[in-house]
Amino acid sequence: MAAKKPLFNRQMRRISELDANIQAGLAREEAERAKQAEAEIETVDYTPEQIAALDPALFEPAGFNEEDAERTGYSNYSYWASTFKNFWRNKVARVLIIALIAVLLFAFLQPFFPGQHDPVTINNDPETGIQLMNLAPSSEYWFGTNAIGQDLWARVWAGTRVSVFIGLVVALSDLVVGVIIGMIWGYVRKVDKVMTEIYNVISNVPQTLILILVSYILRPSITTIIISMCMVGWMAMARFIRNQVVIFRDRDFNLASRCLGTSTFRIITKNLLPQMVSVIMLQTALAIPGAIGDEVFLTYIGLGLPTSQASLGNLVEAGRVLMMQKELRYQLIFPAAVVAFITIAFYIIGNAFSDAADPKNHV
Amino acid sequence: MLEYIAKRTLGAVVSLFIVITLIFLLLRMMPMEGYFGAEYDKLSEETRASMLAEKGLDKPVLTQLVEFYKNLLKGDLGKSWIYRPNYPIAKILEKKIPYSLKIGLISMAVSLLVGIPLGAMMARFKGKLGDKIGTAFIAIVEALPTAVLMLFVQLYFSSWFNLSLLFDKDNPSTWILPILSISLLSICTYAMWMRRYMIDNINMDYVKLARAKGVRGGRIMFLHVFKNAFVPMAQFLPGSVLSTIIGSIYVEHLYSIPGTGGLLIDVIQRQDNTMVQTLVLLYAAIGIIGMFLGDLLMALLDPRISFVKKGDDR
Repeated sequence: MAAKKPLFNRQMRRISELDANIQAGLAREEAERAKQAEAEIETVDYTPEQIAALDPALFEPAGFNEEDAERTGYSNYSYWASTFKNFWRNKVARVLIIALIAVLLFAFLQPFFPGQHDPVTINNDPETGIQLMNLAPSSEYWFGTNAIGQDLWARVWAGTRVSVFIGLVVALSDLVVGVIIGMIWGYVRKVDKVMTEIYNVISNVPQTLILILVSYILRPSITTIIISMCMVGWMAMARFIRNQVVIFRDRDFNLASRCLGTSTFRIITKNLLPQMVSVIMLQTALAIPGAIGDEVFLTYIGLGLPTSQASLGNLVEAGRVLMMQKELRYQLIFPAAVVAFITIAFYIIGNAFSDAADPKNHV
Repeated sequence: MLEYIAKRTLGAVVSLFIVITLIFLLLRMMPMEGYFGAEYDKLSEETRASMLAEKGLDKPVLTQLVEFYKNLLKGDLGKSWIYRPNYPIAKILEKKIPYSLKIGLISMAVSLLVGIPLGAMMARFKGKLGDKIGTAFIAIVEALPTAVLMLFVQLYFSSWFNLSLLFDKDNPSTWILPILSISLLSICTYAMWMRRYMIDNINMDYVKLARAKGVRGGRIMFLHVFKNAFVPMAQFLPGSVLSTIIGSIYVEHLYSIPGTGGLLIDVIQRQDNTMVQTLVLLYAAIGIIGMFLGDLLMALLDPRISFVKKGDDR
């Protein structure tokens, strides 16, 4: 019963909305008719002079305009605008997206604020010249200092910049490459066979091996991390999309399109892609925190960014090692809090956006 | 269909061959110094040469490759070089795999049994209290990086429930925390995607028809929507079951479980080439079979899906 009631209410609301529209339309028609009737009465009273004074253009035949004749009611419905409007109705998501933008903006503007420390400089005590190691949070070092005396506040924000940049690049490449390849892989049967085997080959070459070989030639850097993550990431997305396409591939509407001779490109973009907007959105939103998680993993197995390059990955890993010491736990809490916030924000925003993406919930 | 299965099997064998050859060649590109570990500087030139000769590394790469395939066809996986010098690889894996497999399978069962109903419940009560609690739970679990989350679980849960910090195969209570750590994450993944797929299905026409016919809400959800929503998840199911063999690196490190978690990464870093080749062969076979079974399962669950070419298909 519980499910029926809101449905019933929604239905009723929609009916009364429609009803109001019809009433408004009827009222407008009525008013127009009254106006016309009035005009007719007035013409009776016109004297010949008045008639002669009327604009002759009024007596031109209207002619036949095909465009006008074909014009029917139209709606200014736009899919993305409605999706966004629906999304904006979700209060939690609205708050989170504003907070997320603020945090990211702050991360990128932080070096320009006055009185900031450098993330890589090792701070020494000006009197004794000893490194300011493991200093608890204070007014000078807001998040304290790490094991070699670097300012954690500056490192956390520098790390956020690096990790978010990596996350965005990787997510974007996953989205574009993964969706394009996944769509073709799923829809075109001939490609399916070849692509499945290519996937089987590439996905089974361990990322660790590639990273070791790459770092043997190049020094580990943001670029090598991004390249190795992009190389792996698109495959998961492509397989995911491919599974979705396989499900929809032989449905009747596609069969109908094929009978009408619709091109493969059009079927993919018009029949299949719109079905998958919600899942693609969620998958992409998860890819950004996912990339940060991957980076933590790479640091864990010793293939992450060098410590001179602060990133959320190596900050969390450095903090994790110190977690057993209670008084040093702040070194884990601060970077972990930023990771947690970014992850939660993207997860909830992604979910809210996916929920709003179904056109049947619009209007 | 049989023809399709035969073709896929053939393709799988070809893929496996390419993967192994590729790995073999990539491994031969690793730096020579890596084979001696920390003692590199202490060894004389002759000792190094004899150590390389012992591993067959002094021969041309192609000769090594042919040798490797000859042994492989005889069913000989070779002996470990560095991980456990001169110990048969098959015996190493024989001991390690059961641990990871048992823990993995139990966690998989737990997470399916909890995660899928949780996701279904969240979809059923979308926007209501149940959905909100579920979303909060998922957000909290997903928020922390895995390495940190697992450490938290180990530290706090062991002190709250008075459980052992380390794994002991004979004491069932020490199994609880590793299983919980693995399941916690996969419960969230299953619940999240189950919710997503079910919500995407709720507005479909067949649901409206069922409603119009007067089918009860719960019945629609579990008989109609659930079935359709489960199909995309089914593709990953056989693969996930099989890849429990690979184990979880974080959990097995934390609880000192002698399983396979992180073994591949470990042997790659230590350049134990024979071990790497065997593990990649095993994992690739699992991955390929998992993908294949996933496709079959999907076609089985949803008769509209077909992998066989018919008529005017593209």
